[in-house]
Amino acid sequence: MAVYERTYKRYKGALTPQWTRFLVLPRYAYEEVAKSKLFTIFFVLCLLPPVIQAGRIYLYHNAAKIFSAVPAAAEFFSQFMSINAEFFGIVMAMQSGLAFIVALFIGPGLVSKDLANNGLPLYLSRPISRTEYVLGKFAVLGILLSVITWIPGLFLYALQSIYAGWGWAFQNTRFAASILIGSAAWICTISLLALAVSAWVRWRPVAGFVMFMVFLGGGFFGLMINALFRTDWGSMINLGVVIGRIWEGLLGLRVTENLPLWAAWVSLALFCFGCVQMLNRKIRAYEVVS
Amino acid sequence: MVAMNPVIELDSLSLRFGKLEALKSLSGAFSGRAIGLLGPNGAGKTTLIHTLLGFYKPSAGSGRIFGKDILQQDKAARALIGYMPERDSFIAGMTAVRFVRLMAEISGLPPAEALERTHEALYYVGLGEARYRKLESYSLGMKQLAKLAQALVHGPKLLFLDEPTNGLDPPARERMIQLIKDIRDTGEVNVVLSSHLLRDVEECCEEVMILKQGELVYYRNLEQERKANRKFLELKIHGNREHFIESARQLGCECALHGKRSIKIILPPERTIRELYAIASEQNVQIRHLDYKKDSLQDIFLKAMETPMGVDHGSL
Repeated sequence: MAVYERTYKRYKGALTPQWTRFLVLPRYAYEEVAKSKLFTIFFVLCLLPPVIQAGRIYLYHNAAKIFSAVPAAAEFFSQFMSINAEFFGIVMAMQSGLAFIVALFIGPGLVSKDLANNGLPLYLSRPISRTEYVLGKFAVLGILLSVITWIPGLFLYALQSIYAGWGWAFQNTRFAASILIGSAAWICTISLLALAVSAWVRWRPVAGFVMFMVFLGGGFFGLMINALFRTDWGSMINLGVVIGRIWEGLLGLRVTENLPLWAAWVSLALFCFGCVQMLNRKIRAYEVVS
Repeated sequence: MVAMNPVIELDSLSLRFGKLEALKSLSGAFSGRAIGLLGPNGAGKTTLIHTLLGFYKPSAGSGRIFGKDILQQDKAARALIGYMPERDSFIAGMTAVRFVRLMAEISGLPPAEALERTHEALYYVGLGEARYRKLESYSLGMKQLAKLAQALVHGPKLLFLDEPTNGLDPPARERMIQLIKDIRDTGEVNVVLSSHLLRDVEECCEEVMILKQGELVYYRNLEQERKANRKFLELKIHGNREHFIESARQLGCECALHGKRSIKIILPPERTIRELYAIASEQNVQIRHLDYKKDSLQDIFLKAMETPMGVDHGSL
């Protein structure tokens, strides 16, 4: 259908593979997100901590050479800045926090925009399923949060392996696995939370507030339950404690919370299941009111 | 009904929402270039379209679009469809170009082709000059056109248009109808037009399906009717109607009672009106009114609404 012809013609050209079509959604979402300079600057700044930590690894391994004239400084860097589980724990905790802020920024508008003006029937009348739609929206956050969590985490692990030798890498494969598993669990949780809130709360600022309150309010109520009933099970609704306990368990860090590791995993799984149920209820072309 | 290469096939398709039976065992094969879906509000027109699009899972039966099962091959079926919903549907914050291009890419068009066809589709529906404006700034008529563009952009084989002239002023309506006719006449796409506006369906469609309370009560090929120019006689008589009808049938006429005093009669070509007068004279029946008539869509619709359930395939 050429413009000058002004008539309808069927499209008979090649089509993209079915499995790649959900990736159209993140591509369009990134183009929207990149229009915000504030977000772009913040996102770049999220990569600063891993860069600083990479410098720390470099200093740890090259302190003797760099500070050959100042032995005390060389000793400080090689003894007090060891690259161990605590090091990766701190890095990943910081990146997880930043990932939450990024999700807070992008998440609320992901589904609500489509729901606000009945856009969903337009998507779902095409060869894309509800699952693929959710997967596409999930990928928006999943890919972006990966860039600031497990990818820099694994980069630091690789950098340390290069300096310390492959022997260190083999001895500490647990760190790499922990970075991957812990980040995946956190990305999954906050992405599903963001999508579920976005599907139920159509006004973006309120959706952002609700998402923040789930995190903060959960923590507050968790503490209240713990104090009132003299128990530790209240921490199961405290997302911060839950993910902290999971990081401790994965990296083999000193346990600071009395919540059992299995309970933290169960809590996270239940939380994700709840979010999926909320999405399942809302992501429909048309709601059926019975 | 045409049995060869049907566009839509329904096989006892039923849909239930709790206790409400929204679609009641719909069956048939429909193959017109433009099929009108008529019915009063709540008859199930939109529900039928939504079920064919896979938005609702049928509670019984099945349906096929160009032979693709709407349950087993739902994506393949939807790949052939363009859908223009009844309600306002767009994504806020997007220009028309971006919106239509997104829809084209989700349908499987590569980005470059999607962009090219987006511009073409927007020009085609008449939004060429406004294509870089945000959708929320569009008037109602422009939003309708944008919905049509997104339904066309991926070049579907079947177009579902749900109340496309809703809320349009007369010139905009005229323009929309002209576009629908133009699309239909290309022969590249089949159109299903759902409307409660009889004039829209009469102007655009070759076939008409009438739904009433979720049931298919009428199906007829209007185009064939027009070509056959099938006229009937409407008679108002005073006297014994039953005997008069009996005698007319013996002449080979098709007869039907219409209202309290009227009779509809189709005369076979070899018979003349004089013979009806002869019967009337023999039976001492007075013919007080005789006129040639042709069923308008309004007559058909009203008759379908009055008669009890059951599909009428076009009998008198």
